[in-house]
Amino acid sequence: MLKNHELKSDTPVIYFDNAATSFPKPRSVIDGVVDYITNVGGNPGRSGHRLAVEAGQIVFNARQMVADLAGVANPMHVIFCANATEAINLAILGSYKPGDHVITSSMEHNSTIRPLKHLEIEQKISLSIARCSTQGLLDPEKIKLLIKPETRMVVLNHASNVTGTVQPLRDIGFFCRQRSITFIVDAAQSFGIIPLNMKADGIDLLAFSGHKGLYGPTGTGGLVLADDFYAARLRPLKFGGTGSASDKTEQPAFLPDRFESGTQNVAGLSGLSAGIAHVIAQPDGIEGIYRHKKELTACFLRRATNEIEGFTGCVPSAMIETGVVSFNLEGLDPSHVVQQLDERWSIMSRAGLHCAPLAHATIGTFPRGAIRFSFGIFNTSNEVDTAIEALKTIRGEAP
Amino acid sequence: MAKESIVLFHSHNYAIWADSALKKESVDHKMMLIPRQLSSDCGYCIRIKSDDAELVEKILHVKNIEYDRIEAAL
Repeated sequence: MLKNHELKSDTPVIYFDNAATSFPKPRSVIDGVVDYITNVGGNPGRSGHRLAVEAGQIVFNARQMVADLAGVANPMHVIFCANATEAINLAILGSYKPGDHVITSSMEHNSTIRPLKHLEIEQKISLSIARCSTQGLLDPEKIKLLIKPETRMVVLNHASNVTGTVQPLRDIGFFCRQRSITFIVDAAQSFGIIPLNMKADGIDLLAFSGHKGLYGPTGTGGLVLADDFYAARLRPLKFGGTGSASDKTEQPAFLPDRFESGTQNVAGLSGLSAGIAHVIAQPDGIEGIYRHKKELTACFLRRATNEIEGFTGCVPSAMIETGVVSFNLEGLDPSHVVQQLDERWSIMSRAGLHCAPLAHATIGTFPRGAIRFSFGIFNTSNEVDTAIEALKTIRGEAP
Repeated sequence: MAKESIVLFHSHNYAIWADSALKKESVDHKMMLIPRQLSSDCGYCIRIKSDDAELVEKILHVKNIEYDRIEAAL
């Protein structure tokens, strides 16, 4: 009979899985969702009554806040999707042309690799994968070396969900702009965490998650088009009712309606606006959150390295920018460690490959994977101390 | 009674954007359903005082808010 440790349901949860989705959500986010469902409830753009107008205002408010954060002037260039994965799919599948050559990196999440591999297998595109360093960093020169006359797209993540390292977007963006190559950035792990500006960084299409660094509900995310990105360059992947041009049977050409068929996730977007407001209102805003995560990361890695035998961090502390720390304990299965942390200390973390097999192969942890702690704005140094003691106990019990 | 005009947009999204911009500029206006004789669309338009039409056009232009046309209200 397998023996399980009794679940510590009375122990306060320590949530170190913010890279998967941030938790807890700020109270204002919950209130935003509840307020829409309780007091508004209308369908934006579908009816003219005041509750429908109010719902439209909620969606517009979220659109404006995302545009401001991304550094685009036109809020209609914000396309809401169900998540960053859907946004990346729209960017890639909606913009490739048969025969295109596409460059990506070896640190990408499957949300990028899989749509690209699908197109490669279908012989629609040719694909080059730039190899990153064992710390997950991409040398912009490697992109330049892979360029071919038919290169039309470069797809990169801003921050890795495995290593927490950040890629040099601006160098690559500038290079792509000079050659009219579409530069697509997966900012799922960085939006609201590391400041970026689409214009300054030369980004054409930016995919973001609403439920990670922006503290909105799951089911929120989207794609932001640069102010000078011509919407006709991107094909919609879904078609249908938009509440506009209703006398026409063709999909509207204008933004955001071209890409936003079907009723929007207004409850989620109401929460998303509150989440963004919460992030901005933190002392020093995004910069303050960045410093907080840096401190937790440094504290955890310093103690773990000194006090836990056989502890191996995947990346040095100084290189981690987003509070994402992957590590292993020598001789211990990451899944065993993560389950122990959950059952005995109510510490929520994540084991395995984190949907990024190429990234783990790059840093040398494939196929075993790693244990990942990802810190958020509500985590404290006391929680880090508890985790250190827990890991020491697990280590000490190992044969 | 002052004459009124109606601003028509391609989409409700632009009408709501314009509504937000006109509120910020304290321009008297009202969101309303598009009269069927003006468009068969099911979205909104914005009713303004005809005397403000030039000012409204300027605000929409400065903010890059696309609109279809401005018509005299019937």
